[in-house]
Amino acid sequence: MSQRDILLSIRDLRVAFRLEDGGRFEALKGINLDIPSNSTVALVGESGSGKSVTSMAIMRLLSDYGCEVDSASQILFEGRDLLRMPLAEMRKLRGHDITMIFQEPMSSLNPVFTVGDQIAETLMIHEGVGRAAAWQRAIELLQEVGLPEPEKRVRAYPHQLSGGQQQRVMIAIAIACNPKLLIADEPTTALDVTIQKQILELLANLQKKHGMSVLFITHDLGVVGEFADEVIVMRHGEIREQGPAQQVFEHPHDSYTKALIACRPKLDHRPQRLAVIEDFLKPEPYVPPTDRQRGYAQDDKIILDVQGLCVNFDVRAGLFRKRKFEAVKNVSFQLAHGRTLGIVGESGSGKTTVGLTLMRLRTAAAGKALFEGQDILAMDDKAFRPYKRRIQIIFQNPYASLNPRFTVSSILTEPMKLHGIGANAQEREAKARDLLNKVGLPAKTMEKYPHEFSGGQRQRIAIARCLALQPEILICDESVSALDVSVQAQVLNLLQDLQDEFKLSYLFISHDLAVVKHISDQVMVMNKGEVVEQANADDIYRAPGNDYTRRLLSSIPRGWTPSAELAGLPI
Amino acid sequence: MQDMTMTNNSPAELTPPRSLWSLGWQRLKRDRVGFVSLWIVVAFLVVIALCWTRLLASNWGEEVAVPYAPPTWAKGEATAATNGATDANVLGGANGPIITLTPEEDPIGKDIEAARADAGKYQLKATVKADALFMGADVRGRSVVNKVLAGTSTSMLVGIFGALLSVLIGTCLGAFAGYFGRAVDDFLMWFYSVFTSVPDMLLLLAFAAVCGRGFLTLIMVLSFTSWTATFRLVRAEFMKHRSREYVQAADAIGASHLRRMFVHILPNISHLLLVQFSLLLVSLIKYEVILSFLGFGVSVRQVSWGSILGEVPAELMQGYWWQLLAVVIMMSLLVTAVSLLTDALRDALDPKVK
Repeated sequence: MSQRDILLSIRDLRVAFRLEDGGRFEALKGINLDIPSNSTVALVGESGSGKSVTSMAIMRLLSDYGCEVDSASQILFEGRDLLRMPLAEMRKLRGHDITMIFQEPMSSLNPVFTVGDQIAETLMIHEGVGRAAAWQRAIELLQEVGLPEPEKRVRAYPHQLSGGQQQRVMIAIAIACNPKLLIADEPTTALDVTIQKQILELLANLQKKHGMSVLFITHDLGVVGEFADEVIVMRHGEIREQGPAQQVFEHPHDSYTKALIACRPKLDHRPQRLAVIEDFLKPEPYVPPTDRQRGYAQDDKIILDVQGLCVNFDVRAGLFRKRKFEAVKNVSFQLAHGRTLGIVGESGSGKTTVGLTLMRLRTAAAGKALFEGQDILAMDDKAFRPYKRRIQIIFQNPYASLNPRFTVSSILTEPMKLHGIGANAQEREAKARDLLNKVGLPAKTMEKYPHEFSGGQRQRIAIARCLALQPEILICDESVSALDVSVQAQVLNLLQDLQDEFKLSYLFISHDLAVVKHISDQVMVMNKGEVVEQANADDIYRAPGNDYTRRLLSSIPRGWTPSAELAGLPI
Repeated sequence: MQDMTMTNNSPAELTPPRSLWSLGWQRLKRDRVGFVSLWIVVAFLVVIALCWTRLLASNWGEEVAVPYAPPTWAKGEATAATNGATDANVLGGANGPIITLTPEEDPIGKDIEAARADAGKYQLKATVKADALFMGADVRGRSVVNKVLAGTSTSMLVGIFGALLSVLIGTCLGAFAGYFGRAVDDFLMWFYSVFTSVPDMLLLLAFAAVCGRGFLTLIMVLSFTSWTATFRLVRAEFMKHRSREYVQAADAIGASHLRRMFVHILPNISHLLLVQFSLLLVSLIKYEVILSFLGFGVSVRQVSWGSILGEVPAELMQGYWWQLLAVVIMMSLLVTAVSLLTDALRDALDPKVK
């Protein structure tokens, strides 16, 4: 890259948090990075890498309580040190020269003010323009960020807009004063994949149009590949690798960066096992395993046959009236023994409701679910009880699905106790230890509580709890979505190992198309409660037969695609 | 298994297991004000335990001093202030001139002589009554220290058991209302609304007037009128928790409704109940004092802060302030300590609020 003006440079930034027990946690261990003007820099790292702390340090939003910035640290913005600037001056910079957008647009916008008020506020504070002029400009800004009918929307309250539209409003506020630096902290993580694509394109266009710099913070290397000029990879408060995007993606030298690129499931091939970080930390080079063939075979035994499933919710409309909302409409599918059926869809597609209804955690309005010929939806609770242990569910959020007051031991032995597995407490304890071993946790963690584990470890405990009942069908409801990419690969490998060993049948529900492609034999695409398409995984990704599926597939971030870049194709 | 080696952000395998309670205890120990309050409350609990087992202040009813004996450390002032009363005693007392009959004139003189000879047998041992005690004495010469200690024990026991019963009622009703919702919730909410529509004090006095006086009725009355706040809190918490994933997971593994309610959800709100209990403790002690002051509280043979305070207005008119002082010190010490402890507990057990 040619030598360009440096807009912001961070020198030896060290930040530590004081812990409540008196200890210190070093969040940043001496960071050095430069952001050139008129360029996009991506800061990539998993949770705990310190990427958000870096952005907060630039904005000086780290609270004074419990947070220490080393006295030798420097953050130079156009030659001025932000860390030593008087607060009044810093306030002038914030929102004017340096602006920020956050992950959750809903909680970043004030719900009691209209969108127009919130955009105009920035302009009135920083540009000193009058109210009428500010409103006029707000409408122009909404037009610029691509909100339809800006004259009408400017009077809308945040809750009247969708998530993507809210994020557009946040961007409008951020670019209102033509900032020199826009910090985007995971701006698309909470959004659906089609919306994510639109927002990424919008950001890329605005960056070029305004000639500003964008610091794009994300956990997903795939997202940044398309438009970042420079990529910085962080881990545990240190920078592992930085350089032009091409170099980082094509010739990474750091083992962690290599692992990050490799452990994300790919759309074009499906390895037997996903690469994990440990594979790259070994002295011997990583050899990618052979590909796995997937798909239903002719002679597969059908274990679960769902026919015409409908689920309705009552939505309160007015004081006494209720409106029926059809969350799932006439869904039919078959799950083969020892295979995986992936269900993909965006938020509101009803995919989670399908899973919960099969567990009888929601009530079906119509339809059958035949488990070995028996309709499990029509049974009374007593008759369903023996089936309960044969069909189990793993939830999305491992932080919420384990009871925080239970030890691992009681979490694992409770299902056995309820279903009379194991003769006595000792036997159940021994079984629980085996299960922990199976999911890759040491037996000495038996007496620990869930809060003492990381997200990936908790998801392993949740998996072990399901295995305690020796189920035949396992419903994975977004089970790897809340996990870091590297941990996600470990858990996906674990699920695969368990399927190979116990011949489990999975119903794998996810919004992540690449993950679903990796793990599924057959894929079912859902949209607004209806099944759009269902076919073998490889077929559906190669030749989607439906417009919606095509749109969904084309929205997947492609990551770094040198060929597209060279040919100048639209991404 | 290949991926058995975990990422390095896993301190779980190295440190000993720590429950949320023990983490809360660690945080409480770091809170200096909270920890001092805890020790004060513990000291009070020791006092009531000793009183209850009759090791301390069991003799609070004995008349060990002259009526209204002043505190030893304020004897001078107190005598000056109460001189008028003593003078009146002297004038109407035994020291006045007595005109008697001669033995010959007295028709029962002989009997009296005979009785005098036996008098030694019947004579009560003349107890020496102190003319000053550490915290003074009340109208019957009972030690204020003992009386206040006994009163503390009564008031706190009423507060503790009242709060326990009240939390129990509130938790059970709230759990059912919040967990099952719909008709159960509607019914219990109507019940709740009726209860709260009557002013607190009125309800309390009405119950107390019907049930009569006494320790047990006082506990009943206080808990029947104070369960409403706990009910609302527990109901809201159960509504929040019943759709949490861990409760759904419990449903998925086949846990019954009662098990989900009391084995899974209840421990997760137990810290709130502890805070609620200490809030109630303070307010019930205050209610007990008010009721006893008005004469609806403990029976006449028992003593509590309220019944002591009931004697105070009359005493103050005559300038006997020490009984009031003793009660005020104990009561403010306890109430302040419990309130500060409540704040500290909330911070320690629910750190997200801070």
